[in-house]
Amino acid sequence: MKKVYAREDVCIGCRLCEIACIVEHSISKDIIRAFKQEEKRPARNVVEECGPVSFSVHCRHCDEPPCVQVCISGAMVKDPRTGRVRNIPEKCVGCWSCVMACPYGVIKRDTNQGKVIKCDLCPDRDLPACVSACPNEALLYEER
Amino acid sequence: MLHQPITKNYHDFIIERDPEKCIQCQVCVRQCSYGAHIYNEKDERVTEDETKCVGCHRCEALCPTGALTIRRNPSEFRENALWAPQFIKNIYKQADTGGVLLTGMGNPYPYPVYWDRMVLDASQVTNPSIDPLREPMELRTWLGSKPDAIEVEMKKGRPNLTTNFSPQLQVNYPILFSAMSYGSINLNVHVGLARAAEELGIFYNTGEGGLHQSLYKYGKNTIVQCASGRFGVDSKYLNAGVAIEIKIGQGAKPGIGGHLPGEKIGKEISITRMIPEGSDAISPAPHHDIYSIEDLRQLIYALKEATDYEKPVFVKIAAVHNSAAIASGIARAGADVIAIDGFRGGTGAAPTMIRDNVGIPIELALASVDERLRQEGIRNRVSLLAAGGIRCSADVVKAIALGADAVYIGTAALIAVGCTLCQRCYTGKCPWGIATNDPYLAKRINPDIAHRRLANLVRAWGHEIQEMLGGMGLNAIESLRGNREKLRGVGLNEVELNILGIKHAGA
Repeated sequence: MKKVYAREDVCIGCRLCEIACIVEHSISKDIIRAFKQEEKRPARNVVEECGPVSFSVHCRHCDEPPCVQVCISGAMVKDPRTGRVRNIPEKCVGCWSCVMACPYGVIKRDTNQGKVIKCDLCPDRDLPACVSACPNEALLYEER
Repeated sequence: MLHQPITKNYHDFIIERDPEKCIQCQVCVRQCSYGAHIYNEKDERVTEDETKCVGCHRCEALCPTGALTIRRNPSEFRENALWAPQFIKNIYKQADTGGVLLTGMGNPYPYPVYWDRMVLDASQVTNPSIDPLREPMELRTWLGSKPDAIEVEMKKGRPNLTTNFSPQLQVNYPILFSAMSYGSINLNVHVGLARAAEELGIFYNTGEGGLHQSLYKYGKNTIVQCASGRFGVDSKYLNAGVAIEIKIGQGAKPGIGGHLPGEKIGKEISITRMIPEGSDAISPAPHHDIYSIEDLRQLIYALKEATDYEKPVFVKIAAVHNSAAIASGIARAGADVIAIDGFRGGTGAAPTMIRDNVGIPIELALASVDERLRQEGIRNRVSLLAAGGIRCSADVVKAIALGADAVYIGTAALIAVGCTLCQRCYTGKCPWGIATNDPYLAKRINPDIAHRRLANLVRAWGHEIQEMLGGMGLNAIESLRGNREKLRGVGLNEVELNILGIKHAGA
């Protein structure tokens, strides 16, 4: 399946990917409204930075996802057709087990809703928002 | 602080932040390498220190909401026709520091730009123009020394060339990337230049900083430079490229050497330049073994010996008052190609006074060199490269009509990869990741993007050159070389027309 891959050699640590993610998953999908009027929600990816080294970490949509295995309510599922790991908010009880289990640290807590949020690879778009926002082509969406 | 020094009062730029649009995302803070944007954690607000802004527009370009506008500081000195603001500001700076003023890129002052005073011809009625989309149009040319005459013998009824040619470089576009050293720009830009040159079938020039180990594989598209500091020069280096360029001078700073401070000589640069880590890389103003044309001849032939007479030797000089006579000497010294760098040529660092006041316009230097070599009957012995301030494909066409075989582009290439001509290359903090070796900033040049954009630029210029050639009824770039009938001057005086060797429009 196609996944988002980061190129740390050209990631410039601007964090525009995080901003694009927040906007894409906002109610209005408008950057200024999303940040100024809507409830604050975290981005679904994390840019890790240490000195000159930086890269964006995204959900790997693992083959055997630990988050799915530990989910107590059946909210976290791996779609057998697309391969994507998805969280069903109606079922999520906010126990944060998946947050603990994720080896990449890319499942976030939405404390306002009391549910987790995670990368959904932007189902409404051809190219995930983070990938198209990267000014230096440091994010690739491809099959490997 | 209530009192501000005057230099802070008259800073160059102001940063306008639209509070309606700013989402406090801090992209500007992370992008500004000069610290002009500041995030105040207590207030959770981004603010600015405008005295630090250099006007590079990086923040403006990356701001996701378009909240930023960088403007000239409207605070004005009392108007004075003699004391323009730059003189006043420079005096403030020097009164503070006691140092030589430094700057980067090319001379920005409003000296005449002769490209803009020359216009091209086109065919009408009596001679047909050519459509390059339907008919062949040759942009390929060969750089190198051509024989005075060629001899052909008939062998089994077929003509056979018996003259031995000096080594020639085939170049698919009359455009080469000019010398920019590894050190003045970083490896990512070099990789982009090398890959673009390879794709286009043209050449890039290493500059005087040696050739990074990872770039030896682009050798057939590389011109290696041998400058006064001899950095990174050994026999492997000389044989790595297709040609060797002896750098005598640079348009931005004729008569001046170079100085890459020790702090910038990191591990990779130290290995590539073949000097100890942390030591200053000083290029002397002259080559200390070249004090005459005869000395230059010795170096040219030493380099030819070292490369088995297989590679053409270029000599690059800055355009100065006596360029024509100097070029004649260089041709007679055995150079295959002469590159002339006009006073608009760029630099990674130069004393401001030198950049802005020394040297002559490339248009005049090129025309006088070409004319002189023709008068002396030695124009065929060398190819001419024009450099320094080639801004568009029309400049290329005009340069070739004035007598160049091809042109070097440096500033144009850097603009293609993001440069905004803020002229602060010498700080090593280039926010666009070009003139910096700081690993955090250098990553801003993605070699893949740089490669693509550089190749696009040259291809686009190539299409335009073909259109202009076709319009003039020519089908090969070589038919245009030195064809000054295709140029006319507009608003030039008699002296200028004579030097350029062109007629006034209407004549």
